[in-house]
Amino acid sequence: MLAIYKREMRSYFTTSAGYVFAALFLALSGILFGLFTMKFYQTTDVSAYYRMLMFAYVIVIPMLTMKTFAEERRTKTEQLLLTAPVSLFSIVFAKFLAAFTMFIGTLAITWIYMIPLGLYGKPNMGRVFGCMIAVALVGMCFIAIGIFVSALTDNQFTAVIGTVGILAVLLGVAMLNSVIDFYPIRVVLSFFSIYSRYSYFTYGLFDYAAAVYYISVAGVFLFLAVRVFERRRWR
Amino acid sequence: MIEINGLVKLYGKKAAVDNISFTVEKGEIVGFLGPNGAGKSTTMNILTGYLSSTEGTAKVDGIDILENPMEAKKLIGFLPEQPPLYPDMTVDEYLRFVYELRSCKLPKEAHLAEVCKVTRISDVRSRVIGNLSKGYRQRVGIAQALVGNPPVIIFDEPTVGLDPKQIIEIRNLIRNLGKNHTVILSTHILSEVQAVCDRIIIIKDGEIVADEKTENIARTMDDSRKFTVKISGPQKEVQKLLSEVNGIARAEATGERELDSYTYVIESEKGVDPRKPLFYAMAKAGYPIIGIEAAAAALEDVFISLTSK
Repeated sequence: MLAIYKREMRSYFTTSAGYVFAALFLALSGILFGLFTMKFYQTTDVSAYYRMLMFAYVIVIPMLTMKTFAEERRTKTEQLLLTAPVSLFSIVFAKFLAAFTMFIGTLAITWIYMIPLGLYGKPNMGRVFGCMIAVALVGMCFIAIGIFVSALTDNQFTAVIGTVGILAVLLGVAMLNSVIDFYPIRVVLSFFSIYSRYSYFTYGLFDYAAAVYYISVAGVFLFLAVRVFERRRWR
Repeated sequence: MIEINGLVKLYGKKAAVDNISFTVEKGEIVGFLGPNGAGKSTTMNILTGYLSSTEGTAKVDGIDILENPMEAKKLIGFLPEQPPLYPDMTVDEYLRFVYELRSCKLPKEAHLAEVCKVTRISDVRSRVIGNLSKGYRQRVGIAQALVGNPPVIIFDEPTVGLDPKQIIEIRNLIRNLGKNHTVILSTHILSEVQAVCDRIIIIKDGEIVADEKTENIARTMDDSRKFTVKISGPQKEVQKLLSEVNGIARAEATGERELDSYTYVIESEKGVDPRKPLFYAMAKAGYPIIGIEAAAAALEDVFISLTSK
């Protein structure tokens, strides 16, 4: 598993994939941070910025995950992995961890945005850390979804479009949820509420229930990715 | 070492592999022969655990590939039809990756150097795979299958894309591997199996149509053989004489003529070599034989007759 993780990390840096992701991520987050803390609200409350950042994920995260399996399938290198003495789950998990490492690494760079915030104001650090944890958890779920979609196809662009589609639908569901009054529908929709579960974090509280929810969603999609390979083998 | 029993693979309703059974002993080199789409690759993919069979079992050293894939896969080195190479890695990085992936226990540097040496890729170890020629890529693919020194090695068309000199090198390599490994290789190059393999399995439409030692393969067919003979002498008389020679079932003139010599195609009776009696008969009659040659290589005959029915 470590071998696959190392190879994935390498390939993010030896191909354009890692750089494209990091550049896009940093550019979007920089613009959003500038707009939503300094320009519009002139506030030290970062929750609006982080909320917008999660919308940016819809475009950015698929860039990170599109190659994971689609490319291996296209170049037939998956045959090497699938005939090696490694379990399917450790293949999927190694790729997930590598993408997550890239994601957290890039996210960590954006923490320098907090320096000017601290210099010119007094941000509530509890809320800042809460937001950071929240975006990390949401990103983790999106990566798992992206890896699952990538496992379905041998075409990177199909993988990108599919992932963007699913993330956009989830976003739409979250928006819909806030305008529907009928309680039972809201309960059902709230299962898919990746975009709203994190709200306690933005108040500076560690919400265990939400953390478990995000970890479970990521787990489900990774499990589905494993199932995709098992199914293809039997077909 | 390898036991395949009643293997069936259905794609929808079409059987790519239909009830194949065979065993391979330790140290044997088996050639898998068949026209395109016969099921060679499918069988190999099942044996290596890449695909699952619809029915039947595949065992390596007594370990079932479906029940205990981890242990079984450790015993197999596999070169798929398209070598599974990462174009952005150097050869050295790639082999190290495979070494770690297969969690090998051998001394790393010495082992990888040895693998590179036998596949003759030592001089390109530091180059990026994407920039290598097809022949080198194929050899890196072969090297990859040898990492960890697995007792069973499976090659799907190992000499595709190589030049004639490299083909000879790879054949020698495979023959050497056969001394202490069990090797299965698929190909549709007939001379290759004859040159390398101890045993030939011919499959067609997912079924085994022949499974014989290489030296016996010609006997699986009706043993009549064809020869092309060129004899100097009047056509009518020579043809009459030909039909009287022992062991010749049929003789026909092809109509080809060179000065006073005519060409005939003769077909022997089963299991008889008619060439000696033919020589004496013609010598006695005073019509010299200018040339004699077997009409086709024995294996080609077998292959064509078995796969075109």
